[in-house]
Amino acid sequence: MSEVRLEQVTVSFPTHDGHRQVLQETSLHLTERRIALVGPNGSGKSTLARLVNGLVAATTGRVLVDGLDVAREGREVRRRVGFVFTDPAAQLVMPTAREDVALSLRRTHRDRPERLVAADRVLADVGLAGFGDRSVHGLSGGEGQLLALAGVLATRPSLLVADEPTTLLDLGNSRRIGELLLGLPQQLVVVTHDLELAARCDRVLLVRAGRVERDGDPAEVVEHYRATA
Amino acid sequence: MSAQLLGLHQPGTTWLHRLGAGAKLLGLMAAGLAVVVVRGPASALVAVTLAAALLGWSGARVGRTLAAMRWLLLTAALLGGWTVWQHGWPRAVEVVGDLVALILLATTLTVTTPVDEVMDAVARGLRPLRRLGVDPEVVALAFSLMLRAIPSTIVLAEEARDAALARGLERSPRARLIPFVVRVVARARDTGDALHARGIGED
Repeated sequence: MSEVRLEQVTVSFPTHDGHRQVLQETSLHLTERRIALVGPNGSGKSTLARLVNGLVAATTGRVLVDGLDVAREGREVRRRVGFVFTDPAAQLVMPTAREDVALSLRRTHRDRPERLVAADRVLADVGLAGFGDRSVHGLSGGEGQLLALAGVLATRPSLLVADEPTTLLDLGNSRRIGELLLGLPQQLVVVTHDLELAARCDRVLLVRAGRVERDGDPAEVVEHYRATA
Repeated sequence: MSAQLLGLHQPGTTWLHRLGAGAKLLGLMAAGLAVVVVRGPASALVAVTLAAALLGWSGARVGRTLAAMRWLLLTAALLGGWTVWQHGWPRAVEVVGDLVALILLATTLTVTTPVDEVMDAVARGLRPLRRLGVDPEVVALAFSLMLRAIPSTIVLAEEARDAALARGLERSPRARLIPFVVRVVARARDTGDALHARGIGED
């Protein structure tokens, strides 16, 4: 299990008339297996999640994953931290499902036939057995998100960050992805509007107006969010 | 449909499928040089005939492949019209013939070769340049992204057109072009983020 530390982290972006602070000073220690970030749109929860693998850089403070500074040792951190985005279309960069997963395996499997066999195994693990030759353009939203997840899991991360992975999906696919994520052996940090999914995590953080407003017991935080949304 | 077909490998057992990706890439490069060096409309027509024969030999479904290539062929036709106007028929036949021949050969390559195999061939071929600071894996990745960008850009163009139609702005080039360009740039950034997040291209 990984350990994520945010030490007095702030994030701000330059604007035409100065700068906009999207995350106020935040310190966190994340060790639980399944952690959910909930909150309104634009509250800063995706920014918080993106800090963990360096997609967003902290303006002040520092982010550590297993003691590694994300700003200085980003490459090593990204080998440990997988990231799943909301829209699978941007993540799928190869023509077929098998080739897309195989792309993630190029670093660890130099031999092409071995790589393709390993890719098929990962596809089967996420419920996409037999999808290897399918065009990534022909996949449904749920299948595309499963494939995006397979591409990330192929790198064997110890921590998976998922940024609203079910937002674009119908109810059935949303549940399917949710079950898969919750059942993973990896540590999970999931940004979500699905409060049922959040309530099943071990810790929930409510992010509002760029700060962590509540942090703790899932049932209590979700109830508070429902009451104040 | 065109976006789904372009750049997509069609599995098969022809000699073109069995031929190594490196040999096919070298052949494509040689053909590119040949059409530049050998001048005249007659050689261009021969090149088109040979390229069409190869594509047919690859087992590609001709109707669907031509449908997938329709925008490229339309561009070639427009170029041909302009060249006829500016330089006359012989030059137009040469320019369009050379272009169509190369499009057909490149399509033959993508139809008969998985992109993963092309990446391996590019990375292998560029390995000697590692001493000069060239990262073969990064170049191979750029090559595959270029192939991937063609169909995904077509999809974005179709979506921008549909959005303009839905707003009754089908005659406004601005309503189609600006959202299209913005989305292409946004998609490029998102893809970069996704590759970054997967640690691809960092070795």
